[in-house]
Amino acid sequence: MTTPSTPSPAERKFHLPPVGTFGPFIALLIACTFFALQTDRFLSGENLSLILQQVAVVGVIAIGQTLVILTAGIDLSCGMVMALGSIVMTKFATDLGLPPGIAICCGLAVTMLFGLVNGLLVTRLGLPPFIVTLGTLNIAFAITQLYSSSQTVTDLPDALTWLGNTFGLAGTNVAYGTVLMLMLYGIAWFWLRETASGRHVYAVGNNAEATRLTGIPTHRVLLGVYVLAGLFYGLASLLSVARTGVGDPNAGQTENLDAITAVVLGGTSLFGGRGVVLGSLVGALIVGVFRNGLTLMGVSSVYQILVTGVLVILAVAADQLSRKGVR
Amino acid sequence: MRLNPLLALSAFALLGHASAMAADPPVIGLVTKTETNPFFVKMKEGAMEAAQKSGAKVVASAGKADGDNAGQVTAMENLVAAGAKTILITPSDSKAIVPAIKKARDKGVQVIALDSPADPADATDALFATDNYKAGVLIGEYAKAAMAGKPAKIITIDLLPGHPVGAQRHNGFLKGMGLTTFEAKSNELAKPAEVVCMADGFGDQAKSQTAMENCLQKVPAVDVVYTINEPAAAGVFNALKKAGKEKGVIIVSVDGGCQGIRDVAAGKIAATSQQYPLKMAAMGVEAGIAYAKTGKKASGYVDTGVMLIAKNPVAGVESKDTKTGTDLCWGKK
Repeated sequence: MTTPSTPSPAERKFHLPPVGTFGPFIALLIACTFFALQTDRFLSGENLSLILQQVAVVGVIAIGQTLVILTAGIDLSCGMVMALGSIVMTKFATDLGLPPGIAICCGLAVTMLFGLVNGLLVTRLGLPPFIVTLGTLNIAFAITQLYSSSQTVTDLPDALTWLGNTFGLAGTNVAYGTVLMLMLYGIAWFWLRETASGRHVYAVGNNAEATRLTGIPTHRVLLGVYVLAGLFYGLASLLSVARTGVGDPNAGQTENLDAITAVVLGGTSLFGGRGVVLGSLVGALIVGVFRNGLTLMGVSSVYQILVTGVLVILAVAADQLSRKGVR
Repeated sequence: MRLNPLLALSAFALLGHASAMAADPPVIGLVTKTETNPFFVKMKEGAMEAAQKSGAKVVASAGKADGDNAGQVTAMENLVAAGAKTILITPSDSKAIVPAIKKARDKGVQVIALDSPADPADATDALFATDNYKAGVLIGEYAKAAMAGKPAKIITIDLLPGHPVGAQRHNGFLKGMGLTTFEAKSNELAKPAEVVCMADGFGDQAKSQTAMENCLQKVPAVDVVYTINEPAAAGVFNALKKAGKEKGVIIVSVDGGCQGIRDVAAGKIAATSQQYPLKMAAMGVEAGIAYAKTGKKASGYVDTGVMLIAKNPVAGVESKDTKTGTDLCWGKK
């Protein structure tokens, strides 16, 4: 899958990052400048904080998705696993009356279990991630609907929605959920960049066979990635519950594609082995900024979809061109 | 004489078949948009219940997601193959489903649209549905009376571009408010000067919350918010509450689901127009049985009724209280 000329992560460290790394930032800056010129409300601290809150769920799902895509895989089940996690958390806390902390842990356990199943099927049976996660997408969706009877879960304890609360910072209200998202990005970024196990993720994505021959336990790395991804989806469940104040069985329907969009816009290669997790945050923000900005301008939501489509193709094209080397 | 086992078997099979035919209740197919939306879950329950009472058999099927036309086409084909003489359908895509409906009708199947019309409406034998324009007018009148003559700044959180139900409720609402608007047949959303922000929430709570937050960034002060349905209204209330602006804003909606009525009782939603999926389904099943017995098909548009539910009534607008709303609501009581 990978070309031999692709530089190993260690080599790349000493070079300037390729345009692909800066591209997403530049696109985000251009979009922000455009909307700031169009409407004077766009650049207010309150509005920017709002955009961060709005992208938090997809943003955190996108961290898990980035890990999977870095290994040259893909996870279609992420949105539905997120929805299942939120239903488990909310129903365990309300119907079963478990303390919120325990209910949250159960939700996280369920999403990690789905990650484990995905990982085992990919590594032990050698099934393609696309197919495995297509299957688990449907399974997670069905369990969510059956367990919730397709009904929204309401009257939640405060602890479940606490992340949706805000605190004042420099005259702006910032949600705790935003802070959690930024922290998670910081941790994932540090882990991927500075630790051996993090570098192994890149190595597996670049060339799994070569990595295995150097003595790195490829399967264990892959399994770990899927379980970790499940953890991030579970944390996204918590953010989703906090944001809407309910357990919504119909959540997560578009989140798998939204998360993949964010990862691709953020410059992570769908072919694996190349990308920066912070890019996915930028990718999620690009989509969020367009939705917010176009509403401020009074433009139909269809244009946001149009722009997103164009940007996705540009991002993949940039990745492909940079792999071939610009002639 | 030894009995030929094969002959005996086929005779038995024939007998079984014949007796099954004699006892076969009329089969009525029900095709909803999804299996998971509580509105359609309730509609299916209503159909099953009505069928049980009168000795008919309802076979239910659905598209995979809202907008899944191909899934509905497959469901219709399967139901015709299964011997359904009447098919009740809630079209996901009012135009795209028409050829499949025509194919079924050509085979003598009675097709009745529930909840949403096909386009053109006469593609089906009959339509049993809420008058969505009227549903909009009712909440518009309520909001106008509640504003007591003061000019209103209005935000609308709509369904999605080009959807007839979304346009009818939106335009009907503006009509009730006494503002410039389009007539019931239009698929375009009117935008008089009083509407300060229009955004699409896709009938989804989280997306509607995002849409409302963005609208509040555009226009900090608002008096009236129209929402396409109650999940959207819940999202709007969340957005207002987080911005500390929920006081004095009139949120109106359409649907009348049990959760929505609870939100009316809690004061989150000022008023909602309640519709009756159970009734639509029951009427559809009755029409199916009538066709099986007499060969007479249903025809035309039948309004299944809509009622304004409000916690605080306003002068000059007829409304029922939340207790009545709860008695008649669909979803988990």
